[in-house]
Amino acid sequence: MRKKAEQKPGQKSVRDLKIGEQGVICCLNDPEMGLKLLEMGCIPGTSVKLNSRAPLGDPITIIVNDYTLSLRLDEAETILLKQ
Amino acid sequence: MTVVTTQPDLPPRVEAPPVQPLVARVALIGNPNSGKTSLFNQLTGLNQKVGNFPGVTVDKKTGYSQLTPKLKVQMIDLPGTYSLYPKSLDERIIIDLLYDPKSAHYPDLIIVTADASNLKRNLLLFTQLADLQIPAVLALNMVDVAEQEGVKIDIPALHRELGVPVIPMNARKGKGVAALKILMTQQPEPTKVKFYEAPAELQPLLQKVKARFGLKNDYLALQYAHHHKSLKFLKEEDVAWLDEQLQQNGFHSITLQSNETVARYTRINEMLLDVVRVEKTAKGEKFSNRLDQILTHKIFGYLIFFTILFLIFQAIFAWASYPMDLIDQGIASLNSLIQDNFEGPLVNLLTEGVIAGLGGVLIFVPQIAILFAFIAILEETGYMARVTFMMDKIMRKFGLNGKSVVPLMSGVACAVPAVMSARTIENWKDRMITIFVTPLMSCSARIPVYTVLIALVVPEKYYLGFLNLQGLVLMGLYIIGFLAAIFSALLLKTILKARERSYFIMEFPVYKMPRWKNVGLTIVEKSKAFVFEAGKVIVAVSIILWVMASYGPGDNMEQARALALTEAQARNLTEVQTENLIASHQLESSYAGVVGHVIEPVIRPLGYDWKIGIALLTSFAAREVFVGTISTIYSVGEEENVSTIKEKLMAEKDANGDPFFTPARGFSLMIFYLYAMQCVSTLAIVRRETKSWTWPLAQLLYMSGLAYVMAFITYQALS
Repeated sequence: MRKKAEQKPGQKSVRDLKIGEQGVICCLNDPEMGLKLLEMGCIPGTSVKLNSRAPLGDPITIIVNDYTLSLRLDEAETILLKQ
Repeated sequence: MTVVTTQPDLPPRVEAPPVQPLVARVALIGNPNSGKTSLFNQLTGLNQKVGNFPGVTVDKKTGYSQLTPKLKVQMIDLPGTYSLYPKSLDERIIIDLLYDPKSAHYPDLIIVTADASNLKRNLLLFTQLADLQIPAVLALNMVDVAEQEGVKIDIPALHRELGVPVIPMNARKGKGVAALKILMTQQPEPTKVKFYEAPAELQPLLQKVKARFGLKNDYLALQYAHHHKSLKFLKEEDVAWLDEQLQQNGFHSITLQSNETVARYTRINEMLLDVVRVEKTAKGEKFSNRLDQILTHKIFGYLIFFTILFLIFQAIFAWASYPMDLIDQGIASLNSLIQDNFEGPLVNLLTEGVIAGLGGVLIFVPQIAILFAFIAILEETGYMARVTFMMDKIMRKFGLNGKSVVPLMSGVACAVPAVMSARTIENWKDRMITIFVTPLMSCSARIPVYTVLIALVVPEKYYLGFLNLQGLVLMGLYIIGFLAAIFSALLLKTILKARERSYFIMEFPVYKMPRWKNVGLTIVEKSKAFVFEAGKVIVAVSIILWVMASYGPGDNMEQARALALTEAQARNLTEVQTENLIASHQLESSYAGVVGHVIEPVIRPLGYDWKIGIALLTSFAAREVFVGTISTIYSVGEEENVSTIKEKLMAEKDANGDPFFTPARGFSLMIFYLYAMQCVSTLAIVRRETKSWTWPLAQLLYMSGLAYVMAFITYQALS
């Protein structure tokens, strides 16, 4: 987003969600990757749910705006959640 | 516009003047999975063509849509994209087309396809296009499906909000296509609605850009600022000027793009508040998620995938053999028809050079068609996205990426279309590595070489009643090829420097029934691409090799003939045997034979003699030529069936009178053909896809070197 938001200690990201668990996107902390995620609908304020994991644990799929998006754990880590 | 002529002295026109269309060129654009390809196929049918965009490596698909009996428009199919900020090579074509109003390809109208069940995200691209002030139509696809899932869209309200015609449709079933065609006959107007206003502090910059390039549109000026480095039509000094202006204004592209995206989504959310009503959660989505639990399961997921892979291989080999035999016979009878009726060196060039080369290309069409039928079905159903998802972590370890699975799989049929399919990989480094290693996968051109050599050195034995030893060796060769590919990738991963970060953000499409029309068109398109791309090169090189094999220095060829005739008389050979003997003697004395003798010292450590040297040389253009050459050298004659070749080769003796084709020599040759590039078409396509000679040359050197070393090790270890 506008500024690179630092991940505060204890701040959760999509990576930390369990399967089926939901959260609300607070911000994206990686500008370059963030752009792609924004275009795909990962807008701050949108709710996101961890849907499934690939057989080897990575990548994962999340549900945003009623559709399924797959992304790697490194990418999921850049989507921070509201506390 | 038609010009009305009023001069009385002109003779009256007999024919009605041709109808001048108001719209001449229509571009089709939309998100991936929004039904864009279906709509394109509905509008154009078989009336489509794949060509190269000038200056770009990416193909453009164009076609004609017949609007009325007299009126047709040109349709341009653009790659699926989520925004006007391209991420992959494929998507870059969009900005080249839409940002240059002076270009001959600039569209008069754009049809934006949108998936009705996911309107929010689909409208992002639409609002960007609308702000460019190009006349647009929104093709709202899958409305009935969305309605079944509880998504209700107020179309008149959406039309008011967007300011452009909105056509509800179902492109799979062809619903709404007629309405769209009627719209295309009318004068298109851009929308008056503005969806995004560039920040005020950028205005001075945008005004300057507009003035310099004669642009009328703010948003287009902003896009020039964002993309100036990748816009092909800008002059060098213009790019430098823009660069300087941006520096002065502190233009931060990524931040601006992010802010714009968020602003657009905010606007879209407001707009859709009264337009879309969602009553219940999507049913299709739920079904897809349940199916995913099995298809991407820890164990079943891989089991199912490998079963499907196995079925595909089975199909390629089992089903393709019938049409392949037919093509083979067809070419052979065409050749004998020509040879029976005409004579002379030109006829030989035609039959042994051109037609034989053409046959070598056509014979692979069935395998390519079957492979791409399967790949198209897997992609159409949405399963391929799951495969890339399951394979991503494994592939990443080797410097590849989940999406490399498709090229590697396709490489089993033919590296040419496989290299082309690597375009979907956004990341430069991942894409280059994939292209580099794909030719190591054992393509179908290696099959004839493998079969002849396996039949020669591997006994036909069965284990446990069904495991055929020859089959196991063949499978082993495929596995070695695959391992070579992934370990070469690993090597390259450490050498290449990444230009951008690799990511794997991808929409998971909902499972769907395949659209057979799309599958059919994919088959036609890929087969055509193969025949023309590979065909050109193979035929050209076949002609060169034919000349090399048919002519020799001085009067070598006549002497060889005379020698063969004397020998034939002494051995009391039949007419056919005599002919074969002449052919083999002449090949030895030809330029190809001379070169074969010259390279003999180099290939001796691998166990080869000059005869194999000739075969290596002639099969440089395409591996399958090996079998034909071998059968000529050992004067097998017209009937090139495996058992005849096998008998002849088994009878071949070395200097000590022992059988020449020992297992060591046979395996060494198999390994050589497994690793060696030996395919000019692949080199040509890699050159085209990478736009440089560095990659194909590096590939040629690497693979030939690897082939030499591995064949050497094999021969020395086994003999």
